[in-house]
Amino acid sequence: MANHNDNGALKHSTALPIHIQGLTKKYGDLYALDSVDLDINSGEFLTLLGPSGSGKTTLLMAIAGFNRPDAGSIRFDKKEVILMPPHKRDVGMVFQSYALFPHMSVAENIAFPLKLRGVSPKECTARVAEALETVQLSGLGDRGIDQLSGGQQQRVALARAFVFRPRILLMDEPLSALDKKLRERMQIELKHLHQKLGVTTVYVTHDQREALTMSDRIAVINDGRLAQVDTPKAIYNHPANAFVADFIGESTMLPLTRDESGYLYFNDRRITDTAVKDAPNGWSLVIRPERLYVVDGEADTNQVVVFDGTVVESVFQGETAFALVAIDEGTELSVRFGTSSAAGTGSLHPGEQVSIGLLREDVIIIPRDR
Amino acid sequence: MNCEGGMESGDKRLLNAKALKAQEIKEQWTLMSLAGPTLLIIVLVIFIPVGWLFYLSFIDGDGQFTLEHYRKMIEYKSYARTFVTTFEVSLLTTLICIVIGYPLAYFLALLPARWSGIFMLAVLLPFWTSLLVRTYAWLVLLQRKGILNDFGQHIGLWDSPIKLVHNMTGTLIGMAHIMLPFLVLPLYGAMKKIDQNMMYAASNLGASPVKAFWQVYFPLSLPGMVAGSLIVFVLCLGFYVTPAVLGGGRVIMVATQITAILENQFNWGSASALGVVLLFATVVVLYLAARFFKLDAALFGKS
Repeated sequence: MANHNDNGALKHSTALPIHIQGLTKKYGDLYALDSVDLDINSGEFLTLLGPSGSGKTTLLMAIAGFNRPDAGSIRFDKKEVILMPPHKRDVGMVFQSYALFPHMSVAENIAFPLKLRGVSPKECTARVAEALETVQLSGLGDRGIDQLSGGQQQRVALARAFVFRPRILLMDEPLSALDKKLRERMQIELKHLHQKLGVTTVYVTHDQREALTMSDRIAVINDGRLAQVDTPKAIYNHPANAFVADFIGESTMLPLTRDESGYLYFNDRRITDTAVKDAPNGWSLVIRPERLYVVDGEADTNQVVVFDGTVVESVFQGETAFALVAIDEGTELSVRFGTSSAAGTGSLHPGEQVSIGLLREDVIIIPRDR
Repeated sequence: MNCEGGMESGDKRLLNAKALKAQEIKEQWTLMSLAGPTLLIIVLVIFIPVGWLFYLSFIDGDGQFTLEHYRKMIEYKSYARTFVTTFEVSLLTTLICIVIGYPLAYFLALLPARWSGIFMLAVLLPFWTSLLVRTYAWLVLLQRKGILNDFGQHIGLWDSPIKLVHNMTGTLIGMAHIMLPFLVLPLYGAMKKIDQNMMYAASNLGASPVKAFWQVYFPLSLPGMVAGSLIVFVLCLGFYVTPAVLGGGRVIMVATQITAILENQFNWGSASALGVVLLFATVVVLYLAARFFKLDAALFGKS
C-alpha cells in the first residue's frame, strides 16, 4: 500500500498546497467547469461559494477524484493527481449526507480508514478515542449511527475524515442539514478545528454568511468560472464584478456616467474623487444598504455623497430595520440601520423627507456587464 | 392527548374532548374497513382450508382420531427422502439464484434510470408469461433431441445427447429461471437505497474498489439478498409444476408427493399430514431467518 510508510511519521502532518490549472468538465453542451485556474495555499481554509449549479461541487469532486474532468491539471504540491484513483489520493472528505456506514458503530466508522492503512489495533483504538475527543463525542464510540442526532453524525463524519491525518480536507456543505443555531456553533468549531489540524481545507457552500465567517479566502464561482478569489473582507468590500456584488451581501446597483475628465456621476452627483479609465459597458455604483446613513443637518460633500429623497417603505426586522427611499425619478435606495435606541434612526415613516449619506470611502464601483 | 389526567385542573381541558375522541375512533374504523374485504378473503381461502387440512390430518378412514398419518411419515423412508429432496432442490435453486441474481441486480442498480428500466423489463417479461409455458419451453430446449443438445453436438462439444432434463439438472435450471425475479426485485430495491456517497466515502477513506464493495456495498445489500433468498426458498418448498414436468418423476418434492397420494390412494388424511409438516417446516425456516437476520421492509414491511 502506497501510504504504508507514512504511518506514524505523520504525527503532525504537513499540509499540502493544491494547484489547479485549466480544469474543464462538460456535461453535454454545458460547461460545469470552464478552464478553472486556482491555487490553494498549504494550510489555508478556502471556500468555494456559488449558487446551485455553479460548478462548486463538481470542482470539489474533481479534487477528491470522484469525477473525471475533460481536461486540466490538479497537483497536490508537485504531484499530479488528475489520473490518480480516489482511494490513493489520501484526502479526507465530509459529505453533505455524511455518508456514515450504517452497518458499523461510531468507532468502527472512524477506524475504517485506519484499518485500511494497516494501523495496529492498539494505535487504532487510541487514535479513534483521540478523534472522538476532538469532536467532543468521547464515550459514544459503541453507539450505532442511527442512535445519533444530526449534529452528532456530523461530528462523526468529521472525525472519520481527519483521523487518518490527511493533508487535504474537503467538505461538501457539511452543515446544511443542521438547524440555524447548531450550524452557527459548528461554523466556529470547524474553524477552531482547522486551526488545530492545520490542514489545507476546501469547503463548499452556497451560504455566503458561512463563507464569510469561516474562510481565509473565498473563491466565488458562477457558471463554471471563478468570479473572484479573495479574502472575505475584500470580496465584500471590493467585489470585482456585478455577480459577486449581487451574490454576496445586499446591494443596490446604480448606473454611472463618466465625464470627459474621467469622473463618474450618478445623475448630477459626483461619485468618485479620482479619475477612472473608461470601461466597455460603463461603470456601476454598488451601495451596501448598511453603509448608508441618515444625514443630520448639512453634510460635507467632499466626504459624503448625499441623496435626498422620500421614505417609501419602512420595515422593522428585529436586529435591523430597513427602509426604501425614493431618490431620483424611478430610483429607490435600500437603507439598513441598527435598531438600538442610540442609533436614533428607527423612526423613518413613509412620506418623510430624508437625506441619505454614503461616505466616499464606502463607494464601490464595478465595471458593468452590459 | 391524555384527557383523563387533567380532570382536576378545570373543565377547559375537556372542552369537546368526547366529540374529538369519537371522531378519532370513527376515522380509525373507516380506515380499518378498507381492509375488510381482504381480511374476509384471507379467512375464507387460507385460515379455513388450512384449519380443515389440519383437522383431516388427524382423522382416519372411519372418522376416528389417529396419529397414523404422521407415524407413517416417520416409518417409511420415502417420506424422509421427499423432504430431503425438497430442501435440497430449494436450497440449490436459491444458491443458483443468488449467484446469477446478485451480479444482475448490481448491474441494474448501477445503470442510469432509463436503462435500468429497459433491462428490468427483460427480467420481468418472463415473469408475466405463464409458468406452464416457460416450463414446457425449457423441456423443448433441454430434451434429448432438443435445441441445446442438437447445437452442442453440431459444434462438437459432446458426441451423444446428454441428459439435461427429467432429472435434477433440468429441475434446477427451470426453477432457477422461474425464481430469479423473486430474488432480483428485492435485492435491486435494497441496492437502489444504498447512497452513492457510501461508495465515494469508502474510496475516499482509502478502500480500493474491491474492498469498498466487500466492506461497504455488500453488507448494505445483505438485507435485500436475505429477503429475496427467503422468498425464493419458501416458494421453492411448495413448488409443484416445474419439478413435476422437468423432474420427470425422478425429483419427488413434497408437492409432487401430495398429488401422488391424492391421485393414487385418494387418502386426504395422508396428504393433509404432509401439507401440515411442510407448512411447519416453512414457518420454522422463516422464524430462524428472522432471528438471525434483521429482516427489513422487503419481507415484513418493517422499516
